Amino acid sequence: MSKILTRLSLTLGPVLFNWPTDRWVDFYARIADEAPVDHVCIGEVVCSKRQPFRDNVTLDTVERLERGGKEVVHATLALPTTAREVRAINEVIEAGYLIEANDITTVQLLDGRPHIIGPFLNIYNEATLAKHVALGASRICLPAELPLESIRLIAAGTNVAEVFAFGRAPLALSARCYHARANGLPKDACQFVCERDADGMDVHTIDGRPFLAVNGVQTLGYVVTAATRQIADLREIGVVSLRLSPQSCDMVRVITIFRDFADGHTTQEEAAEALSALTLPGPLSDGYLRALPGAHLVDEVD
Amino acid sequence: MTASPSLHAPELVCPAGTPTGLRTAVDAGAQAIYCGFRDETNARNFPGLNFDRAEMRDGIAYAHDHGAKVLIALNTFMRAGSIDLWKRGVDNAVEAGADALILADVALVSYARKAHPDQRLHLSVQAAAATPEAIAFYRDKFGIARVVLPRVLTLEEIARLTAAAAPCETEVFVFGGLCVMAEGRCSLSSYATGKSPNMTGVCSPPSHVQYREDKDTLVASVGGFTVERFARGEPAGYPTLCKGRFQANDADIHLFEDPVSLNAVELLPRLAEIGVSAFKIEGRQRGRAYVATVVRAFRRAVDSIATGGEVDVGELRALAEGQHDTTGAYKKAWR
Repeated sequence: MSKILTRLSLTLGPVLFNWPTDRWVDFYARIADEAPVDHVCIGEVVCSKRQPFRDNVTLDTVERLERGGKEVVHATLALPTTAREVRAINEVIEAGYLIEANDITTVQLLDGRPHIIGPFLNIYNEATLAKHVALGASRICLPAELPLESIRLIAAGTNVAEVFAFGRAPLALSARCYHARANGLPKDACQFVCERDADGMDVHTIDGRPFLAVNGVQTLGYVVTAATRQIADLREIGVVSLRLSPQSCDMVRVITIFRDFADGHTTQEEAAEALSALTLPGPLSDGYLRALPGAHLVDEVD
Repeated sequence: MTASPSLHAPELVCPAGTPTGLRTAVDAGAQAIYCGFRDETNARNFPGLNFDRAEMRDGIAYAHDHGAKVLIALNTFMRAGSIDLWKRGVDNAVEAGADALILADVALVSYARKAHPDQRLHLSVQAAAATPEAIAFYRDKFGIARVVLPRVLTLEEIARLTAAAAPCETEVFVFGGLCVMAEGRCSLSSYATGKSPNMTGVCSPPSHVQYREDKDTLVASVGGFTVERFARGEPAGYPTLCKGRFQANDADIHLFEDPVSLNAVELLPRLAEIGVSAFKIEGRQRGRAYVATVVRAFRRAVDSIATGGEVDVGELRALAEGQHDTTGAYKKAWR
């Protein structure tokens, strides 16, 4: 007896990088009109100083995405520390948006209201996932470093698990801004230098090997996660959604590639081939899912 | 530096990587010891470190006989499919007579509270509770009695959090290793090696560190990624990923943090005034001589605060063993 598998939904994660406002608006306009994506996250996750630039365009963007049939999710800061930042999170909650919590602060402010959880909360096992479901989480993107075997044990029978399937994986957050530091600027007078790097600033080892990427206070992998090889397994083990994290490449194309493959219209080879034909900031990797170092590439064995 | 008189002096919380380390720290004047079981349940899961169940019982007896508390750290995130290991650790720690458990995983905190309603629970720095709301989450839902604050905060933020956390206490790191990333939320190590603090209780593990000679230099790498290059004769520090030198913006720089350690000794009186309940010294992997010296010096400082006397900053400065030290984020240097 063959098991009937549910359709995998696609989530477009929040833009993690500091894209100029015009670019940000155009990006979401095209997603609204053209991308076969189910859930779209907007909102600033990395640095609260970037948010004001988008305040005037957010409402229009939300409307356009909703007209395009997308569920809009308002993602919130991953490392809030100041009272002002916490107030800002409270304001978007009170405004009635569907919220993506990326810090326990937001879970506390939500006080049991239904919400989404992004990949920044420490949910490493089935008991902790159940705890968050009980607190109102209806979809939970698991941390990017988890291997497939753990995802299997966490996702089984829950109907809420989402997996980080495309983009540079988020690795760390700090109170210190590395974009400012690398440019010899204090964080409080950063001149928004992070705006120069649409995919983050590449970091190499001192002998010139590509290693990491830096995005303000955030550190990401240099490699680009691409979970094409694991999609059949992920669906089989009860994962309900794939998270595609925006990079500067053609994201409508990325979404289409994942949609076609998830629906069985293309093969894994075709999907992987199509992804590698894009202009990406780094080579494709699925090391974390294979329980290898996260930097390992799709064609690397260990 | 003089503290205002009759200040309530914070408790001095010291590391113990081994049973002899525990006795050393207690003898040197530690008021509380933190340590862990010899398995994945604690965030210093290194070979040769930590306590088996019998050693823990004996250690606690020794500490209690000398008026010191023992806080048992079970501060990693439970591995999927193996959560019984962590729950058993909690049960064993309670049975052994721990004065408090230091926990990070929400589900483990929840289990500990239900299974052991009267047990005192502390929130590990690995839980990265950095706002009044995050602390309220753990305090109000699970009765967390003390929260160990992340090292990414400024003094002003520590003051605000300490006031908001009450009746939950706050504990701050004052000496030793410095995480520049928000603790418990960093996977740099698994990116390079496959092993990380959250998944295996290790960071930049020795098993993945390599040194190789290259002409006149010693090259240190982690997981095959070069992290530092030392000139011949230059002291080669441990190559922790976030303390390495990298190429960014066309320059070789210590992008994340210089190879420095935390030394907040000059801030001790101010932290006590703020109402911080405990000072924590990092270093369960450190040797006995180091621990004895550091603990003795800090105990004198804490006693001085209690009596309104002078804190001998010079003595504690010298402890950095010639290494560079920093007050980290506490004095807004990261702003």
